[in-house]
Amino acid sequence: MITFEDVVKVYPGGSTAVDHLSMELPTGKMTVLVGPSGCGKTTSLRMINRMISPSAGRILIDGEDVTAKDEALLRRGIGYVIQHAGLFPHRTVLDNVATVPVLLGETRRAARAKALALLERVGLAEEFAKRYPAQLSGGQQQRVGVARALAADPPIMLMDEPFSAVDPVVRLQLHDEFLRLQQDLGKTIVMVTHDIDEALKLGDRVAVLREGGHLAQFGTPRDLVTNPADDFVSGFVGKDRGLRGLSFDDASALPVRPVEGLELDAAGKPRGGTFTKADSLRTVIDLVISSPTGVAVRVGPDGAPDGLVSHHDLADYLASRRP
Amino acid sequence: MIEYLRNNHVIVWQALQEHLYLALLPVLLGFVIALPLGYLAVRFPRLYHPLTNVYGILYSIPSLALFVFLPVILGTKVLSPINIVVALTIYTVALLARTVADGLRSVDAVVVQAATAMGYRRTRRLISVELPIALPVILAGLRVATVSNISLVSVGSLIGIGGLGQLFTRGFQLFYMEPILIGVILSVLLAAIADLIIVLVQRAITPWTRVA
Repeated sequence: MITFEDVVKVYPGGSTAVDHLSMELPTGKMTVLVGPSGCGKTTSLRMINRMISPSAGRILIDGEDVTAKDEALLRRGIGYVIQHAGLFPHRTVLDNVATVPVLLGETRRAARAKALALLERVGLAEEFAKRYPAQLSGGQQQRVGVARALAADPPIMLMDEPFSAVDPVVRLQLHDEFLRLQQDLGKTIVMVTHDIDEALKLGDRVAVLREGGHLAQFGTPRDLVTNPADDFVSGFVGKDRGLRGLSFDDASALPVRPVEGLELDAAGKPRGGTFTKADSLRTVIDLVISSPTGVAVRVGPDGAPDGLVSHHDLADYLASRRP
Repeated sequence: MIEYLRNNHVIVWQALQEHLYLALLPVLLGFVIALPLGYLAVRFPRLYHPLTNVYGILYSIPSLALFVFLPVILGTKVLSPINIVVALTIYTVALLARTVADGLRSVDAVVVQAATAMGYRRTRRLISVELPIALPVILAGLRVATVSNISLVSVGSLIGIGGLGQLFTRGFQLFYMEPILIGVILSVLLAAIADLIIVLVQRAITPWTRVA
């Protein structure tokens, strides 16, 4: 667990970047710090590995003050990923990834073996190992950046706008890969972004910060969407909160009507989209709206249609859910 | 010319060796001195402009004046090769200290920050991240310093110090073209070869600059 205890950061010149910030970031979960520029999110992140030192307050990792440890040793135990990856241009991809194990005293050979395994893990073929960063696309560089941060298997990872420099298609792909990776690894991750959609999608917890370094709300994505603490948070989360909130609920309780009069397309599949009980209500709404037949088809685990949902069914169900 | 070489190869060979020694020893000394001086200008940004100005002024002192005045300052004999070595070392330092500073400043701040966040301490970061990335700029400065030293050594012959410049003075005194020609050709060749060697070394140790 990473604990912020009444942390303040005032920069020389008097501007307050972080103002009495207290929060607890749970172990094994991903916490996203999100907010407009100037809200102190990056400053907060960098105080964890002491790239920046607080003016007041303490930051604890599992109860131990981060200032108790030698700063270089502390940093070797915390993975770090930044925007544009920040790879070392003079080292091959493999040696970039091997950086921290070498710093920790492993032989170059052992570190490289570890690095090679990690490249595969982040979805880069072996042929990339010998290349230099300049030979990689932005998305590939960012994957190397993630592999480099993971190389010494640190329990904590800090990520500063890791996905914001790549194009939207690649970003979505990296999100999904990253979620899968995190599911396996269960690291304690702190990520900074200015993109609320990214925060709600990736975070187990989201800390919304506002200008001047105030914590506006700390909670799960669902909390933020369904229960924003104030106008700032609801404004930041966006106008389509209602619809967005439906992405946190699955379709298991959505009543369906029996399958009859099903229209099949040329391939023998039901026209209109299909969904399962595990899909979100938001997905179902989208299917119903875009379906040429006005109904979405629910399929069972075996893929066979077992129910239909129309516009009216959805409207009735949503009305019945109102508190 | 062949005839002259055949009769005087001992003198020419010795002049060539002296020339190399007088030109390259200052490059080596200057490089070693310039590294910390250049680093200083980067480590303490407020020093960058004052220091680089001093390096600029040093570089603008006319070489002949320096050769003549150094014995007065150092207390060396007028004909001592030490004067040449010291003078050329000063030029090399003036040139390279600035190049080292600019090379280190050319390293992307994001990369330095990443290195720090990985857990590099300052010295190791300088040696294994910042200096290697600054190498292309530093080596470009080294090429200029080497070539300019090789040509400046010839000036030393005006105050009676060895090197290929001796062949010029000898030719002028005897109204005899051969030694002058040989001196010119050899010093140009020397400069070209030294330059080529640095370029080859650079290619070998900075492979990342030739990709993509």
